[in-house]
Amino acid sequence: MGTLSLNQRAALLSVLMLVVGLLIWEAAIPAQKAVKELTEYEILTGAGSQKAGVPPPSQVIIKAWDQLSDPFYDAGPNDKGIGIQIGYSIYRVLTGYLLAALIAIPFGFLIGMSQVAYKAFNPFIQVLRPISPLAWMPLALFIIGDSEASAIFVIFICSIWPMLINTAFGVAGVREDWVNVARTHELGPIKTAFTVILPAAAPTILTGMRISIGIAWLVIVAAEMLVGGTGIGYYVWNEWNNLDLTSVVFSILMIGVVGMLLDAMFGLLQRRVTYAE
Amino acid sequence: MKPFLSIEKLVQKFPNGNGGEMTVFENASFGVEKGEFVVILGHSGCGKSTIMNILAGLADPTSGCVIMDGQEVKGPSLDRGVVFQNYSLLPWLTTLKNVTFGIKARHPEWTKSQVEEHATNFLSMVGLEGDVIHRKPSQLSGGMRQRVSIARAFANHPKLLLLDEPFGALDALTRGTIQDELLKIWGQMEQTVFMITHDIDEAILLADRILLMTNGPYARVAESVEITIPRPRNRTEIVEHPNYYAIRNHLVQFLGKRSKELAGQPTEASKTNKPKTVRIDLTDPTEDPENKRSTLKAVNS
Repeated sequence: MGTLSLNQRAALLSVLMLVVGLLIWEAAIPAQKAVKELTEYEILTGAGSQKAGVPPPSQVIIKAWDQLSDPFYDAGPNDKGIGIQIGYSIYRVLTGYLLAALIAIPFGFLIGMSQVAYKAFNPFIQVLRPISPLAWMPLALFIIGDSEASAIFVIFICSIWPMLINTAFGVAGVREDWVNVARTHELGPIKTAFTVILPAAAPTILTGMRISIGIAWLVIVAAEMLVGGTGIGYYVWNEWNNLDLTSVVFSILMIGVVGMLLDAMFGLLQRRVTYAE
Repeated sequence: MKPFLSIEKLVQKFPNGNGGEMTVFENASFGVEKGEFVVILGHSGCGKSTIMNILAGLADPTSGCVIMDGQEVKGPSLDRGVVFQNYSLLPWLTTLKNVTFGIKARHPEWTKSQVEEHATNFLSMVGLEGDVIHRKPSQLSGGMRQRVSIARAFANHPKLLLLDEPFGALDALTRGTIQDELLKIWGQMEQTVFMITHDIDEAILLADRILLMTNGPYARVAESVEITIPRPRNRTEIVEHPNYYAIRNHLVQFLGKRSKELAGQPTEASKTNKPKTVRIDLTDPTEDPENKRSTLKAVNS
């Protein structure tokens, strides 16, 4: 044991916890009564065991294998592969997110540069920021009309605030010494913005972008449950309607995995722009 | 004939917090000749850094003006390079890139290899060579960082180089080595330098002339002391020069006593207020001690 590194020991412990957790889960699911032991009335009212529908991990793993070996099949509107569903969700998240970044970062830059603008915009940002993004949904549906575009709008509105606030905060907090270096080297405002302020504020901006992508991924599931049609959120709800809890559990796990990957991607980016003083 | 750099009746007032004004310095006037190394000495709060910022163009005086090479100083310029006390290197760039940053701003028409060669030359002049120049500032010691900052400033050949307590944050030993580097590079470049420091020995080692400031508020540049020790100077040898302790004593006396006595006296605007020139040279046979004493007396009165 003494020869294992910290990381190896931690990994070993993680695997152990996973195995124990799965075993407990497997053991906790009571064996399902065979259907023929129930009367027709019992079947109709679902009076079998309360927990009967919750799948054991073995079933989830089989389901996962099944789904992941052919993730992109398309057998009509209610039966698409998990890959297609996640693809739709990522497309919506990225579209809304990029639109938000396109506005939030330049705009945050401007209000970060000017104290007056910072103070003037602050009350609006503070009021708009805590609004649950789904609260915008009815308004979006009414104004935009299209459910697809409304979902993207909801992603847009929820990812804009952390990016806007962090960009403004990062830009406003750039050390005056660095700005003075730019000034004594006669750099123009555009050049100063790109060669000094942007790299100086980049870690803070990236933090905002990372928070935003996390929130966007949280919100897309709920938004797709509302608008329906395609996407991982819709998939979860659809499988619930089908009473296919194995698929529900499987898709929950997939939501977690994709969210983790998105976050890791931004974590990597963040590490690249971070500097030590 | 005006000197190369002429500071004329500079006044700086700041609001004092209860609606009034606080005059940091008043009618500060002095000149710096081309190629001269001038050091300004004074207690904290006398406005040395403010003068520095005005010379750099980073701050505007309440009134008065600075004229360099026949032109009034308005805003920062590549003609006035600055070495800040806290190095002010850009932490996300490597050592080399920090220097090329300055050169690219100065010579946008140069090719990449020209810029890098120039930067490498100046880095090696301050003793930074090889692998070190590809490290980030956070991986360098304080002394090395300040060397980078000095290389960046010299590489741009500014008409005037401003050093704002460049060695203030360094330990005494490192400070000594970098002072030597600075003397060496200055000797090769004939650069006009204006420097702030708190360190009397450092000032004597480096300067052609030391400007002494009285305490604030209403601080002013009271004296201009010539350093009559021939160059090239060396830290271990100058202490043996007969003038060294005479000059040092004069400076200590000023900072310890007279800077206080002369402080806080508003001067009439009509007075030109040029600093009194003090020349202490025990080796000069034409100047008998009797004479010198009278100059000092004149300053004292």
